[in-house]
Amino acid sequence: MNDDVQRLPISVTVNGDERVLEVAVHHTLLDVLRDDLALTGSKECCLVGECGACTVILDGRTVDACLVLAVEADGTSLTTIEGLASEGRLSPLQAAFLDHGGVQCGFCIPGQVVSAHALLQDNPHPTRADVDEGIAGNLCRCGCYEQITEAILRTAEASGR
Amino acid sequence: MRAFSYERPETLADALALLAANGRDARPLVGGTDLIIRLRDGTARPRIVVDLKRIPELRPGIETTTDLLTIGATTAMTDIAAHALVRQRFLALAEAAAVVGSVQIRNRASLGGNICNASPAADTATPLLIYEAVVIVAGPGGTRRIPIRDFFIRSGETALRPEDLALSIELPIPGHRTGSVHLRRTRRRGHDLASVTMSCLVDDRGITRLAFGSVGPRPILVEETTGVLADPGATDGAKAALLETIFSSATPSQGSMRASPEYRLAMLRVLGRRAVAIAIDRLAQP
Repeated sequence: MNDDVQRLPISVTVNGDERVLEVAVHHTLLDVLRDDLALTGSKECCLVGECGACTVILDGRTVDACLVLAVEADGTSLTTIEGLASEGRLSPLQAAFLDHGGVQCGFCIPGQVVSAHALLQDNPHPTRADVDEGIAGNLCRCGCYEQITEAILRTAEASGR
Repeated sequence: MRAFSYERPETLADALALLAANGRDARPLVGGTDLIIRLRDGTARPRIVVDLKRIPELRPGIETTTDLLTIGATTAMTDIAAHALVRQRFLALAEAAAVVGSVQIRNRASLGGNICNASPAADTATPLLIYEAVVIVAGPGGTRRIPIRDFFIRSGETALRPEDLALSIELPIPGHRTGSVHLRRTRRRGHDLASVTMSCLVDDRGITRLAFGSVGPRPILVEETTGVLADPGATDGAKAALLETIFSSATPSQGSMRASPEYRLAMLRVLGRRAVAIAIDRLAQP
């Protein structure tokens, strides 16, 4: 049965590193990130593009990695949650999530932070409504939306851009 | 996910040949926000997935001439929602594209995919109906044009044959001043499928077009030419009577999951009144 599985080579830049690997064509980007590249920060949860726990940035735009085939990522550049801290130091946004109590059980947080990071890159000074819309695709079952929103707004303020 | 084979043709001719050879065993892939869910849950079981994203003729983009705006079928919702001329002349379409799914979904989901998937709740269906869009379709016999009002057949089924591909969607730029709007009713604000979708256009000749979805097997377009609906001075009673007639074609299903038929019919009237009022306001703005 395994012989029937079509595999293709892909070349993809992940958090700045060029990676060349062979993937099964029916595996999603999320499968490959977690199982082949051991980047387990992106979480598998709803698998229907509703919860956002698997959010990654593909060529500058957030996507649900559970709804992208790994072969579709061939030739693209990806940023995952693992790419946001540098030299072991949290990004200001990540630190703000902790400071404002946005992180409770933590399961949704990689996706929340990636969505927030992309939002602030596109819109350095979002309104509260912009933030609500920007993270509407990321569910938090601990209900930390207020704290998460606060963390994003304070990060934008502190950046002073 | 069940295994399938994957093809990434680099010409339109190759893509059409793959579809022609495989018929219903092949499924085109653009954004994947509907298809990959169905591949995973087994409601779509193609032998071959044909990824259209490397075909030059199908590159995403929005082009304009003096009387036409053409949106490539692979263009993402994010780009449609943000496009200046779409916002200026086809605001209901921009508003609809801006409420599809979430940011992550809109970055991926394409206009062609949204209409070819043919969900009765598809947000972009109703604005395309009020703007009298035309779908440009390529098939084995060449290219043909399908008016959007003939495009939707029933849930999951369009006028396309399995061997056809939607290339682009043309929107004629109105020769008259218009006001238009897209509204929807959802269970929660933010990320949800619509329980009712509603688009309305009024123009300075007094023509009103209302299109509504998620209340039957396909979205419905009704044109009202008496001038009463578009008249800012007409009484609420006069408008309500016309809207009752217009909405008599709604047939929401009993077994629906997001809202009861009674609720949908009630909200259809609320959204209908609201949409007409907003479209009239927008027409009056300089």
